[in-house]
Amino acid sequence: MSNKETYKLQIGPTHPAFKEPVRFEFEVDGEHVLHADIDMGYTHRGIEHVSKERNFIQIIYLLERICGICSTSHPMAYCLAVENAAEIEVPARAKYIRTIVGELERLHSHLLWAGVAAHEVGFDTLFYTTWDIREKVMDCLEVISGNRVNYAMLTIGGVRRDIIGEVAEAVNKTVEYYSDLYSQLEDIMLNDMSLRLRTENVGILTYDEALKLCAVGPTARASGLAKDVRADYAVNAYPDIPWLKAITPNDVGKKPVGDIYDRIVVRVLEIKQSVDIIRFCMENMPGGEIVAEPKAVKVINQLKKVKAHGIGRYEGPRGEVSHYDILDNNECPVGVKVKAPTYSNIISWVPMFRGAEIADIPIIMSSIDPCIACSDRASFVEGEGKKTVSFGELRKLSMEKMNKIRRGL
Amino acid sequence: MKKDSFKYFKRSLWAFHINSGSCNACDIEILAALTPRYDAERFGIKLVGTPRHADVLVITGTMTEKIKDKVIRVFNQVPDPKLVMVVGSCGISKGVFQESYAMAGPVDAHIPVDVYVPGCPPRPEAIIYGVARAWEKLEMLEKGNAAS
Repeated sequence: MSNKETYKLQIGPTHPAFKEPVRFEFEVDGEHVLHADIDMGYTHRGIEHVSKERNFIQIIYLLERICGICSTSHPMAYCLAVENAAEIEVPARAKYIRTIVGELERLHSHLLWAGVAAHEVGFDTLFYTTWDIREKVMDCLEVISGNRVNYAMLTIGGVRRDIIGEVAEAVNKTVEYYSDLYSQLEDIMLNDMSLRLRTENVGILTYDEALKLCAVGPTARASGLAKDVRADYAVNAYPDIPWLKAITPNDVGKKPVGDIYDRIVVRVLEIKQSVDIIRFCMENMPGGEIVAEPKAVKVINQLKKVKAHGIGRYEGPRGEVSHYDILDNNECPVGVKVKAPTYSNIISWVPMFRGAEIADIPIIMSSIDPCIACSDRASFVEGEGKKTVSFGELRKLSMEKMNKIRRGL
Repeated sequence: MKKDSFKYFKRSLWAFHINSGSCNACDIEILAALTPRYDAERFGIKLVGTPRHADVLVITGTMTEKIKDKVIRVFNQVPDPKLVMVVGSCGISKGVFQESYAMAGPVDAHIPVDVYVPGCPPRPEAIIYGVARAWEKLEMLEKGNAAS
């Protein structure tokens, strides 16, 4: 490092690649990042406050809109929390349907992430390929629930729609489609030389740092931290699956480094795991009711009599989603606390950015899958004496680096 | 869309997308509209990286208090003639977040909006249709015939 004065590089806040438009402040020396600072809160919508004024059933549809990508994970954790507090038993069939919808969501989310990550390193062919592949699972979710993004499948004590007849056939077809395609997808994602050169040993989060910073989900697993709520605190149909375990890069015989490549490995393997879980659920789904009490009014009346608190934990595509709800003889909960996985992972950006090149900022940002909505579109920076770099320029830098690598091959 | 609408399609239309506190659902549907299944780029509709290149400003989300100033600033950076398109129910009417303290209100309370695409989230087809309607209006504006 030279003794030159460093400068501050700002990115955001209207940076649509994130769930929350985040503002970053990087301390930069030449091409290298020395330190990163994060400013959040631009999409604060006061959902926890609003949910205190809605009844238990209405809240499900509100919480679905916390995130448009994990739109089953949040209602799932909420329903589990309320069921935990009120001791409602969910029918076995409903548990399996919940698992299937949750895994389909994981499938679409990981494919979405693969595309966006490819876009961030300037590999647009892969971006279009994965998003084209992803449309199949969106079709399947539309057949099941009638909507592409917000499925409204869950209710307290079960699910709202059954998977039978044509719908079951559509799910089976989707499973077949992805298991046929998997080896091809794995080959592109894991063996492409230019992608490996961009991602290996970039944005490293070591095992100790992951442990210390409480990383969750694929970000933690890529660092060798085998934690997965599905295996550790199993709910829904997960306890019935004997082979379910947290996936780490060890599963492909690779020592976990905690770089971006390891995160790709974990997510690609989880695509296969999700397909296998859906197939298991379709084959072993028990019969019977799909909801404990179909009438919403009765459910609310039942919950009115409860004075308790409950915790719901669920492994969303990005990591652990946990909800804490307090019921106090009212038709609305008196407290709803939401903890999203990105909230845990966001601080792990800081060690990842340390020492990184500026051209690697976009891929490091998206490597933890920060509830990515969209790719880079905007950037403007305010303030005196601070350097302004648009995100478009950054992406150009990123693409130039990719071209350089390709030429060098 | 009217059959004779296609006479308006004279040049490519560039859109700039800004997230004003959206939940990501509309954002991924906008991206889905650009990817091979729907492929809006075959019509010349393209997302650009800066508001200064854009004809249409596509806004998703609810306009939170913290981001309000930034959205207005981006709006001012788009060159005239420009159009604003709001995608998603929450930008149109605050949608599901009605009682929230963090909302600065619907988008059209702060900047003029020309096209509304309702839905939570709207399908990619609806988004492409909305852009096409914006296109018609833009051509009218350029002719100096803003009566629509």
